[in-house]
Amino acid sequence: MGSDDAFAAVALPHLEAAFNLARWLTGSRADAEDVVQEAMVRALTYFPTFRGGNSRAWILQIVRNTAYKALAARRGAHGAGEFCLEEAGGIEDIPDLGAGPEKALILSDDLTRIDALIEGLPAELRETLILRELEDLSYREISQVTAVPIGTVMSRLWRARRMLAKAAGEGEKQGDRR
Amino acid sequence: MSSDDCGKLLLLQAELDGELDAAESAALAEHRATCPICRRNESAIIAARQALQRATYHRPDPEFLRSLAGGIGADRIGADKPSPRRRVPFPWRGLATFGAGAALAAAIVLTVLPAGRQDSITALVDDHVRALQPGHLLDVVSTNQHTVKPWFDGKLDFAPPVRDLAARGFPLLGGRLDYLHGRSVAVLVYSHGKHVLELFVWPTSAAIEEPASAARNGYNVIHWTANGMSFSAVSDLEAAGLEEFVRDWRQTP
Repeated sequence: MGSDDAFAAVALPHLEAAFNLARWLTGSRADAEDVVQEAMVRALTYFPTFRGGNSRAWILQIVRNTAYKALAARRGAHGAGEFCLEEAGGIEDIPDLGAGPEKALILSDDLTRIDALIEGLPAELRETLILRELEDLSYREISQVTAVPIGTVMSRLWRARRMLAKAAGEGEKQGDRR
Repeated sequence: MSSDDCGKLLLLQAELDGELDAAESAALAEHRATCPICRRNESAIIAARQALQRATYHRPDPEFLRSLAGGIGADRIGADKPSPRRRVPFPWRGLATFGAGAALAAAIVLTVLPAGRQDSITALVDDHVRALQPGHLLDVVSTNQHTVKPWFDGKLDFAPPVRDLAARGFPLLGGRLDYLHGRSVAVLVYSHGKHVLELFVWPTSAAIEEPASAARNGYNVIHWTANGMSFSAVSDLEAAGLEEFVRDWRQTP
């Protein structure tokens, strides 16, 4: 009946999404559990400031920040900077996505391979892709969660898809497909 | 701008991601139809998206979820005892799997609403879609049934039952007054993942009707009557998920 119940109603529906995002960002289930737990504590602390907007984006935003904080702590003092990569090239520098590698992506139905390709993406591209493709967030929601403008969301998404297609294509050439 | 960029690629991507409104989409259509770069990239984006559908959705251990849910107050919200029966909400992406399980578990086998009811189905779905427009969904915003129920007092000539299903994965968002079938009705709004579920409630003199389902434009509707009230649940949630909601709602005191 109190604010705890209100918090539970806001947070509970998003626990699985929180875990999925944390797992994709940290790379381990144990770390993901720690991050989700820590994020819920922080969310409860911040809850009085939650204005009743998009609870999913709000929760995932806290999970994301908690995950990066944990990763930075694990990697030492300069770790925090690792996730503030300059956008390499702007919207102007958009390479063509379509020169063939899509066939490789279609053919490679190996689960671990798709996962490995995503794991190989830089963190800011990986999170954008996960939020869009696995969590089905809108550009606006992704922009809120990752604290960048929508234009940046769009170019990151593009680069993520592009890198994935390219990586899949190179995998093909090396013949590491079954 | 490089030679393999027609300048519209991010717009094309936005279109394929369902982010453009009708006007923007129409403005892009002419270019898209004739641009070879767009065409090539369109199939690539779609292929990348299909490949990503096979990426792993990492699910937490049920044990971890239970302890976490207990920690943030779910035990107090749910009136039921903590037990394996408690289902913690799952994300939308798992709905295909969930649907299969729920269909097996569901005790109710839904009949299809008779064709003569199509008008009322249409009215319900239209109303639901209209309510989803920004700012139209809720007149009273509260996750607390003891706030929502009194809110209807004096606004309606009947007292709609309000139930909290947060522990079952359908948290209450609030309520709304609406006008349907020529009378004022109460609308209870619940969420499930990214889906919004609405339960329309109004008094009826009709006999008890067991739940029956209908679908229209991608929305599912389940209608039943009990205790002198007509209930219609409407959502874009898949049929099995909506059945689960109805079953949980009817089982909750």
